[in-house]
Amino acid sequence: MRTIVELRGKIFRPVRFNFFAIGLGFVFQTAFLSIRGHALGRCPLTNLFEVLVFLAWSVALIYLLIGPVYRLSLMGAFTAPLVVLLQGIALLAPIDKPHAMKMPVNPWLEFHASMSLFAYGVFALACIAGVMYLLQERQLKTHQLRSIFYHLPPLSDLFAAIIRLLWWGFALYTLGLVTGFFIDQPLPTRQVVCAIGVWLLYAAILQGRYLRRLAPKSVAALCIIGFSAALTLLWGITFTGQMSSP
Amino acid sequence: MNLFCVGLSHHQTDVQARERFAGHAETNGILREVGCAEALLLATCNRVEVYGASDKRVSTDDVARCLARQIDQDPHHFAPPFYRYEDEKCAQHLFRVTSGLDSMVVGETEILGQAKKAYELARVGGAVGPYLHRLFQRAFRVAKQVRTHTEITRGSVSVGSIAVDLAEKIFGNLAKCKVLLLGAGETSERTARVLASRGVNDLRVSNRSEERAATLAQLVAARTIPFPQWPEQCREVDIMITSTSSEKPLLTRETLEPVLRERIDRPLFIIDIAVPRNVDPGVNELDGVYLYDIDSLQSIAEQSLALRRQQVIAAEEIIAEHVAEFSKLLMRGLNVGARNSERLSIGDTASQTL
Repeated sequence: MRTIVELRGKIFRPVRFNFFAIGLGFVFQTAFLSIRGHALGRCPLTNLFEVLVFLAWSVALIYLLIGPVYRLSLMGAFTAPLVVLLQGIALLAPIDKPHAMKMPVNPWLEFHASMSLFAYGVFALACIAGVMYLLQERQLKTHQLRSIFYHLPPLSDLFAAIIRLLWWGFALYTLGLVTGFFIDQPLPTRQVVCAIGVWLLYAAILQGRYLRRLAPKSVAALCIIGFSAALTLLWGITFTGQMSSP
Repeated sequence: MNLFCVGLSHHQTDVQARERFAGHAETNGILREVGCAEALLLATCNRVEVYGASDKRVSTDDVARCLARQIDQDPHHFAPPFYRYEDEKCAQHLFRVTSGLDSMVVGETEILGQAKKAYELARVGGAVGPYLHRLFQRAFRVAKQVRTHTEITRGSVSVGSIAVDLAEKIFGNLAKCKVLLLGAGETSERTARVLASRGVNDLRVSNRSEERAATLAQLVAARTIPFPQWPEQCREVDIMITSTSSEKPLLTRETLEPVLRERIDRPLFIIDIAVPRNVDPGVNELDGVYLYDIDSLQSIAEQSLALRRQQVIAAEEIIAEHVAEFSKLLMRGLNVGARNSERLSIGDTASQTL
């Protein structure tokens, strides 16, 4: 909010406020997940509410880890709304439904779920970098340079960050997907199909980039489309799973 | 002690008038003789100002006489209107000057360096005492604060700098960029120099006249490309600056489109400073191509200036806070009369006294 107000007033000052604000939020998220995990006796990924909080926590963590690569304050200004949105939905929607019976501890399932959500966090940051890229690209194309133009990183840096994030996210997601096959309990078919679909989507983006078939602008746009699709699928899978569970 | 500033600037006078009163080797000595306990001369291309501190009031005429070059001591010579600011008004004026608010191009930062240099020169010469020391140190602080807390210095306002700033926003580090200068115009040369100063070391020049191409290549440490071969360069170069006198566009959408397919992952930044334009405007619609002609560069210069002007109010607020603080400081050590700034013309009196 502070960044938006400052940019609108054309008095933006690149200070580390955003970084520390998100850092503080991250501490509270970690505390919450830790308490919840202790109460459940397992990784807190048992319903849609926990999934969204875990995802918001992952996005904040990835930002804090890779933020210094970017212009800190502005990347934070783009990350914070996504974290607020995920947290907000988790807190406001009636989705925190406890399971009737205690869920068994399955290390492979927990590793699979946490790694996949962590990969989602990386894809979220790639999506945010994609938004920043398209915003900067549009200003350069239309010759309309707004205040934000001077604070956004160069296109080349943003694109390099997008590619790096895509590779990291893809590696983590692959790891999560592979460990899913070690789970000794049957997974719903639609969940497997959706997971493979997301994997194929990101594989196609990276392949297109590797073969130099996709322009940087298209990669940035696909990052946004890819993450939106992945998030929708995640929502659908978790929500329908929650509805059908006892 | 009376703190004052007497001077001429681009607001009121032309360069001819300013150069007649630009000071000379004996200026500091004469200022001492007329009663200045401390004195500092700030002479730039846009202003000539004397900042002084004195026990008794030193008249504007006396300061003007000190500034006048020997050849201008003729009493019949027209004397321009000097402005005069005292005490807190003097501080306010200096704070505005060092912050770039009083500059011809609002927000330019060169003046701060010039003020620092003038201060250092006066300090080494023993002309700066505690009053001017405090005044100037505060002015440097104010300028820094204004730069940090507002966007007064944001954006470039010259064609060359804008082009280079845009290139940096596309490519980041320019060290690995390949640049083609198509045509050997003066603006191309200036832009090439700015690019070279920002790390570009692969410059290529192509011009119809090979002799001119060779001359420019030598000036900017570039290599020449025979003019018929320049289209081939579109595959390799990252930045292209066109300034030929061709009546028809040299680069069109149709000719560039097939080339772009081979360089899909590399953007192409084209600066067309030729009139008539060398590049078909439709080229800007192609993905990965950023085309700027002279009008769009000038429009960005205007946007930057407009953005800077919007920041003036915020900068004035910062300055007002510092002026208030500095006034309190002056009250403790100086007999501050609530004099308003006055603008005196030495025209009438100077003709009688000089």
